[in-house]
Formats: sequence, C-alpha cells, structure tokens
Amino acid sequence: MALRASEIKVGDTHTERVVEDLKRTQIVMYAGASGDYNPVHTDEIFTTKVAGYPSVFAHGMLTMGLTGRMLTNFVGDGRLLEFGVRFTSQVFPGDTLDATATVSGIEGNVVALDISTVNQSGVVVAKGSAKARAD
Amino acid sequence: MAVEKFPVEASHIMMFARSIGDGNKIYYDADYAQGTEPGAIIAPPTFVQASAQFNSNYGLRPRIDGKGWMGSGSKPSSVQREPKPSSPSAEQASDSKGSRRSGGGGLHAEQRYVYHRHPKVGDVLTSTTKPGNTWEREGRRSGKLVFSESVTEYRDQNGQLVVTATSVGVRTERPVDQS
Repeated sequence: MALRASEIKVGDTHTERVVEDLKRTQIVMYAGASGDYNPVHTDEIFTTKVAGYPSVFAHGMLTMGLTGRMLTNFVGDGRLLEFGVRFTSQVFPGDTLDATATVSGIEGNVVALDISTVNQSGVVVAKGSAKARAD
Repeated sequence: MAVEKFPVEASHIMMFARSIGDGNKIYYDADYAQGTEPGAIIAPPTFVQASAQFNSNYGLRPRIDGKGWMGSGSKPSSVQREPKPSSPSAEQASDSKGSRRSGGGGLHAEQRYVYHRHPKVGDVLTSTTKPGNTWEREGRRSGKLVFSESVTEYRDQNGQLVVTATSVGVRTERPVDQS
C-alpha cells in the first residue's frame, strides 16, 4: 500500500481523475460536511445576483480534498507528513479535474512531491507540494 | 478562531469522505481500518477544516434563528443594506443586469498542513489560531488583492500537537474576471 523509496525515482508521476462533471450536489455535500455554508458555493441566486459570479463555485477546500484523495491513494493511509496547495483558479459545476503527484525528491524514507490539479481546459486550479513517509 | 472541543467522530469522517468522493474503507469501516497500518479509522488529510462545525461563532454558518444570513430567500440577499441617499438601493442596483457588483469578497488563496500524526476516531482536538503575515498585490483579473495568513494548531486530549494548518485568505477588489 505505502510507497517504497527504493522503487520510485524523481520524475515518477501518479494521476487520478478526482471528479468528472462536478455536480452542485457534491458542493452541497461538502458544505454540509465541512460546515462552510458560504452561499457563493450553494446559492445560485445569491452568487449570480449579489456576489457577481457566473454561477456557484466549489470551495477551494473541496478541490484540495479531491486532490488529497489522489495523494493518499498514491502514498498510503496515514503516510502524509505535509500537504499544501495554492488555489490558482476557481472550480465550477461541470468541471472535470485530474490531480497529479510528481516525485520531486527522495531523502531517506521521505518522498517529496509536486502537486498539480488541472481542469478539462488544462487550467491549473490547485498547485502545491507534499511530503510523505515511504518504506 | 478557537475551537475548544472538536470530537473526531466516525459518522462525521464518513460524511466528509463522501463529500470529497473518497470511498477508501479506512474512512468508514472500523473492522477494515483495524487491519491497516494506522489501526483505526483516521481522518482524510483536509478533515480538520470541518472543525468549523464546532466553532460556536463560525461566520459562514447561518445562525439558528437564520437572521442576518446573506443567502437568498424572498430576495437575492436576505441581508438588509442601508439604502444610500440619492442612489438606488443596493438591492435594486444588483438586479439591474449585473451592472453593479458588490465586490469579490473573501476567497481562499492557499492552505498548508503539517501532520504530526493523523487524527483518528475518538480524538478530541482543541485548536488555537494566530494571525500571520499580511501582504498586497495587484491582480490581473480582480484588482487589488489583500492576502492574510493565519496559523491554527490542533492539539489532542493529551496536549500533543496533531496538525498545524496555515491558511491564506484573499480579499479581492472585485469579482474574479472569468474571461
């Protein structure tokens, strides 16, 4: 399950499609679970008429959560040491996201990763890095 | 914001994992989790964000009485704005083909976590948050951007540090241009 430092090398990648055709309902689920009910994520009328956006959009933390799923599938459960991203573009209903981890360094049993999540147009929506403990 | 008691509960983790589309059994099946390296249901990497549920003053949750919430009801926003003399009310103006925009408001710019260990079911966490740096820059799509950082430490029932979370928020001068 966990990565073996001896079996990976710098430049190795792992990609997963973490959401296809993002539904408003999934954003509602995230609002309910996380407790962040900012109406710009779930209330189309407020978001278009008051906030000035073309539609509701995903919480940045939903994008990070989706990206984290790819990451834990790659490095194994309970193995993450660090995980951070910048939110570089908004994610809207209908978006399809592919998340990629690229091995950027290996020191002892600690693997460093570059993280990038892109939408169906190739726009990077989250970019960052992570560290994980390997075997 | 400080959270005095954030009990890490199995059903909360299950719902959170579902919301991020993660079907990993370590997030809902205690019997399965027992046979894994962590040995128990653990929290997904971004779960501590849900500590907001246990923050009694969290500003992005409607109050029990629903008053003062900014979402739509009978009108696009239920928050009453003071109409300015000699200018249309904000409500009317916001309906006029979107010519008036109320500004971008706050967005989440960056989030970083350091895991000292991963929270598991049964933990009762407390959190304290300290402000970090603030800085400004001019954005291409949304005018002046004001960034502010905050650092939250989550500690367990024994006072041990579990997760350190650094959040960067940004206030935009106007909504982010989508073109």
